[in-house]
Amino acid sequence: MTVTRTLQITSAAPDPALLDLPWDVPLEDWPANRLATLPRGISRHVVRFVQLSGNVIAAKEITEEFARREYGLLRLLRRLGLPAVEPLGIITGRTDADGQDLDPVLLTRHLQFSLPYRAVFSQTMGPEPAMRLIDALAVLMVRLHLSGFYWGDVSLSNTLFRRDAGAFAAYLVDAETGDLYDTLSRGQREHDLDLARTNIAGELMDLEAGGLLDESLDPVRTSDAFIERYRTLWAELTAKEAFGTGDRWRVDARIRRLNDLGFDVGELNINTDVTGTSLEIQPKVVDAGHHRRRLLRLTGLDVEENQARRLLNDLDTYRAATDRQGVDEDVISHEWLARRFEPVVRAVPLEMRGKLAPAEIFHEVLEHGWYLSENSGRDAGLDEAVASYIRNVLVHRPDEQAVLGVDTQEMPVVVDPLP
Amino acid sequence: MATVTFDQATRVYPGATKPSVDKLNLHIEDGEFLVLVGPSGCGKSTSLRMLAGLEDVNEGRILIGDRDVTQMPPKDRDIAMVFQSYALYPHMTVGENMGFALKIAGVSKSEIQQRVAEAAKILDLTEYLDRKPKALSGGQRQRVAMGRAIVRQPQVFLMDEPLSNLDAKLRVQTRTQIASLQRRLGVTTVYVTHDQTEAMTMGDRVAVLKDGLLQQVGSPRELYDHPNNAFVAGFIGSPAMNLLNLPVSEGGVVFGDTTYPISREALSTGGKQVTLGVRPEDLSLAEHGLPVQVELVEVLGADAYLHGTLKSEGTDLPVIARVDGRRPPEKGQTVHLKAKEGHTHLFNTESGERIEA
Repeated sequence: MTVTRTLQITSAAPDPALLDLPWDVPLEDWPANRLATLPRGISRHVVRFVQLSGNVIAAKEITEEFARREYGLLRLLRRLGLPAVEPLGIITGRTDADGQDLDPVLLTRHLQFSLPYRAVFSQTMGPEPAMRLIDALAVLMVRLHLSGFYWGDVSLSNTLFRRDAGAFAAYLVDAETGDLYDTLSRGQREHDLDLARTNIAGELMDLEAGGLLDESLDPVRTSDAFIERYRTLWAELTAKEAFGTGDRWRVDARIRRLNDLGFDVGELNINTDVTGTSLEIQPKVVDAGHHRRRLLRLTGLDVEENQARRLLNDLDTYRAATDRQGVDEDVISHEWLARRFEPVVRAVPLEMRGKLAPAEIFHEVLEHGWYLSENSGRDAGLDEAVASYIRNVLVHRPDEQAVLGVDTQEMPVVVDPLP
Repeated sequence: MATVTFDQATRVYPGATKPSVDKLNLHIEDGEFLVLVGPSGCGKSTSLRMLAGLEDVNEGRILIGDRDVTQMPPKDRDIAMVFQSYALYPHMTVGENMGFALKIAGVSKSEIQQRVAEAAKILDLTEYLDRKPKALSGGQRQRVAMGRAIVRQPQVFLMDEPLSNLDAKLRVQTRTQIASLQRRLGVTTVYVTHDQTEAMTMGDRVAVLKDGLLQQVGSPRELYDHPNNAFVAGFIGSPAMNLLNLPVSEGGVVFGDTTYPISREALSTGGKQVTLGVRPEDLSLAEHGLPVQVELVEVLGADAYLHGTLKSEGTDLPVIARVDGRRPPEKGQTVHLKAKEGHTHLFNTESGERIEA
């Protein structure tokens, strides 16, 4: 009996151009002229990057049940404001020319200006970038755990990294093994940490075996550092703190510490003991993006947390320098945008705009200006800094808008016929 | 290697009105392959996660061997979740890929070498140990990933729906391979699936769960031949057992124009109606018996499945029977079906409990 199946696209915002892609061909056999980059490495699933209406999208062949699950989970994560890739849709009902069923495809949007960890390591040697990646992954994991997301396969390969004013911001790429709960048990968090410890060490050992790891880095110690970083951050965000009622300043101090870490406190429990001599505080709801939200509110710019911190510092300096403390913050912010941020972005020649995200360029220009001033012993202005930065630094940087590649060397874990 | 014991183990999710796993009592023997099976929401995955340490146990205990692991973090339990996705690292040799987790755990070099060599032998990878994964076939790569779990020499392997992302053909192939590998290794294994065929073909014993309650545990044959209740009877076996609510008379169960004699004690426990269970292969065409109107005949070759309806007290009950595939009845016809003697099951219609005939 022949069953005619029809192609179905499930998407919140379907792009008609999707219909032009060769869905009747297995992804593995898609012609090179359709692809944004040639595939490399071996993935657990077949993944291909395609150009679509000026964007790059990732297409992954996967069973329908898993595709729907991951699509739903990624949507939920993004709705919760967590850093994850954006799911675009699911293609089901695929058949090839002979009428044979083909696996459904999950589509996600490629995260612009993001880097796979291997790309970071191949660009910059030295222990610094590794530690900054580890930090970013720890922040991501703490945020996911606080929201009740159990990852089940934490690794550097399942994460993408965006530059963030000298640091990195981590994004979840693969939610296939994950699940969202109201809250996580200690066991779930511990298991995720254990997997992370093994995977990170394994990934670094692999770089070591390939001669790509800085000699000063020890894979096991580095992955232990990740665990330590996670635990410190988790404790700062969730631990109870007790002190005498006379030390009430410590409530403010705790909130400020959390703000410095980039978190807002949505809810703080404060309890007094029976005698009224001591206080106990515990953050109940914390939201990442303290600086990011403030910058967005003031300027409409949506950037990473550290970039936001950097831009806000510049904005505050600008306000102080123009000495108009009484003027409304919004007015000053728009002025700063028009006189500081936008001129820098506009000064970058079109052909260099794919190298770094605008906020990262602004951050680097500020850094560059600082070095110029230090070397020349006089204050280098913004215009001078931009011109010198473009001429001497940016021109040598690679394009990072769409660094693609299937880096996960993962295999389907099924058993082969035994010998 | 070790036994696993669930002792009144209970899991209640915060805010839930009833337990997801309710006083589970289950003893798994050393080296046994036990399958937890049941429909979605039955508590099978929760039970496995309790054993893994991912779910808190609200009441009761879990033991691995003699060790009470109820409060122990996952990594101290000496278990391996086998079918999580494993990465294979391209720059490391096959041997390094299998053994690196031991290095992280601080196992000595010589010990790692020995364990990797042993696992490689079982998986027939010995001659590939110094090669890179790229040089291996897809199947060999999969075995390297298995090797990573094996070298850890855990007390218990845990597998949660490991085949769910495979297509139907590969699933059938793979399930026998997992079962045979487990038998060679002899490691106690707890395996979760919603698929009763998978459960029946793989497990030494199968535990059937529903609504957080253990319904029955036994060998596949025991579950098939002697289901404890109507749920297990209907869940195990494909096509499913016919479960017919039939009236009871003085002499027994009224089966169309015939009566199945049933002992007085058995009848007294049932009430006015009992549920009679009979598997499709235990029904045959006859002169007398249950009048069934043929709706569809599915010819498979030597056999055919007859899908029909039994008109009983105004309601239509679906009935499936296995008949001769060469001379099957035709659609629309009314036929009579009788049950093979000694191959019927009686259940209390109210409680679903088995009535011993």
